[in-house]
Amino acid sequence: MLKHGWMVLIYSFDRLILEPLGYPLLERSIEAAMLVGIVSGVLGTFIVVRGMAFFGDALAHAILPGVAFIYQRSNGKTDDLFWGGLAAGIASALGIGFLTRHERIKEDTAIGVVFATMFALGIAMISRIDNYAGDLSHILFGQILGVSEADLRLILIFSVIVLAVVALFFKEFMIISFDPTLAQTLRLPTELFRMLLLVLIAVTIVVSLQTVGIALMVALLVTPAATANLMTRRLLPMMLVSALIGVSSSIFGFYISYHEDIATGPAIVLSATAIFVFVFAEQQIIHTLAQVSQVWRSTRSTRAAPSTEKS
Amino acid sequence: MVNLSIRALTRQQANTTNDCADPTRVMAVENLSAGYNSHRALHAVSFDLHAGERVGIVGPNGAGKSTLFKAIVGLLPHQGSISIQGATCYQSHTMVGYVPQHESIDWNFPVNVWDVVMMGRARQIGYILPPRQRDRIAVRRALERVGMWNLRKRQIGELSGGQRRRVFVGRALAQQASVLMLDEPFSGVDAGAEEDIFQVLDVLRAEGVAVLLATHNLVQAATHYDKLMFLNDGHMLAYGAPADVYTPELLGATFGDRIALWREGDQYVVVPDKPCHDHDHEHGHS
Repeated sequence: MLKHGWMVLIYSFDRLILEPLGYPLLERSIEAAMLVGIVSGVLGTFIVVRGMAFFGDALAHAILPGVAFIYQRSNGKTDDLFWGGLAAGIASALGIGFLTRHERIKEDTAIGVVFATMFALGIAMISRIDNYAGDLSHILFGQILGVSEADLRLILIFSVIVLAVVALFFKEFMIISFDPTLAQTLRLPTELFRMLLLVLIAVTIVVSLQTVGIALMVALLVTPAATANLMTRRLLPMMLVSALIGVSSSIFGFYISYHEDIATGPAIVLSATAIFVFVFAEQQIIHTLAQVSQVWRSTRSTRAAPSTEKS
Repeated sequence: MVNLSIRALTRQQANTTNDCADPTRVMAVENLSAGYNSHRALHAVSFDLHAGERVGIVGPNGAGKSTLFKAIVGLLPHQGSISIQGATCYQSHTMVGYVPQHESIDWNFPVNVWDVVMMGRARQIGYILPPRQRDRIAVRRALERVGMWNLRKRQIGELSGGQRRRVFVGRALAQQASVLMLDEPFSGVDAGAEEDIFQVLDVLRAEGVAVLLATHNLVQAATHYDKLMFLNDGHMLAYGAPADVYTPELLGATFGDRIALWREGDQYVVVPDKPCHDHDHEHGHS
């Protein structure tokens, strides 16, 4: 009987977990998704603590014209989309960064203007392609199964670069995020680091493009980090937890997508949200229980004093 | 004449720590003007600052107190010269510590007290490198001196207003600044916390750190500072020992006729002619 139980377990592990990995295409996809989970979890930490969710969303959309341009040129070949996205992303990040350098234009206003313009431009370019709806949906919502060997290599290289830069300048990024005045007092090149951070975010978005697509990108950047923010109280632990949640979401999402035949991008995002809801609810429950027990204890102690003759 | 003995003490200390021409002078400001484009918020301010000196900067809001600080720190475009530790020993980056009025800080930021104070060491640590033993020692010493060592693991947002100020002063200590500038450190802080901040300031004085402090409190200014600077409308109206500058003329010029002050023995008494004179200025531009 026990032996039978083990057999079932091994069989279902084989079927649920290992089977999809038998296909090279799917194996590449999950590797890409895991890298994306790590790097977007790490960069998402800065987005959350700096309140840049709107910037992240906008930047993801602003990549579209670059992607569309390459797409038009290459007649549907996807190999160079990465570079088009990278160019458009970095250009937009620097553009927004430049516009918001002074207080003359409010940051969210500048972002709104650049974001809408770039996105409109991208849609306009794609709409000239015949049968554009299908292509557009791949770009908007991701198509992780389209990850080629070359794509995976690029994702790996750029993920490592982004993570390395964050590790090297962690201290400086923390200072410019927490207290830019200190950074300027210490004569650190504040603007340079701010721009560098924007570029890193742009690269992260381009790296994640194939996994979740433009429209859902912001969830990948924000949700794991927001969850980690609930669980930790220092920046480095928050970053590590965020990366862990990012990877977990990618893995869960991938398997849900495979077994339930759901698009991978949404499945990953929904997994991340599920983790967020779970952590949030758990903390609410603990918080409420603590309050209840405190109220209960205090009412008991105040009652205990005058009512000694009763009990 | 308590001043003199403290001055002598700090002179000794300064002598051992640096070899500038005038060892007690830590900062010389000459003809400093600052402000954006057409709007000048500071006009040709000049003064010297010596080691261990505590200077109170008083004046109504919008007088240019914050502008003065920002110009010295380099946050605002300015003309004139600021030399720190004498022209010969100018070591910019870490020489000036600045504790602004913290409206812009996000107190929910995931950093604890230790992290915040360690940020003051960024220059000494250098790019890329992690903190070394000497940085950890400096942070520990700074935390102990501002009385925050026991709370070092607290997230910054869990602290009271006064404790947060002490952490930021501790950060300037860790930075090993020779001049510390505090912008309205007592605003929104209760009497106990105010006393704590003054204790920290006494520690700074003993270490030879010069302190520039913007304040509203005229009564306190009369007794707690070595020198006072009166600012109004971007002009420096007076700079000297409290006993010398607390004259009806200078006070009138600085605050208008909204305020009256006189001396009863050792005590100064300030009476605002209009109720809540602080409030009048609260919304002025600064």
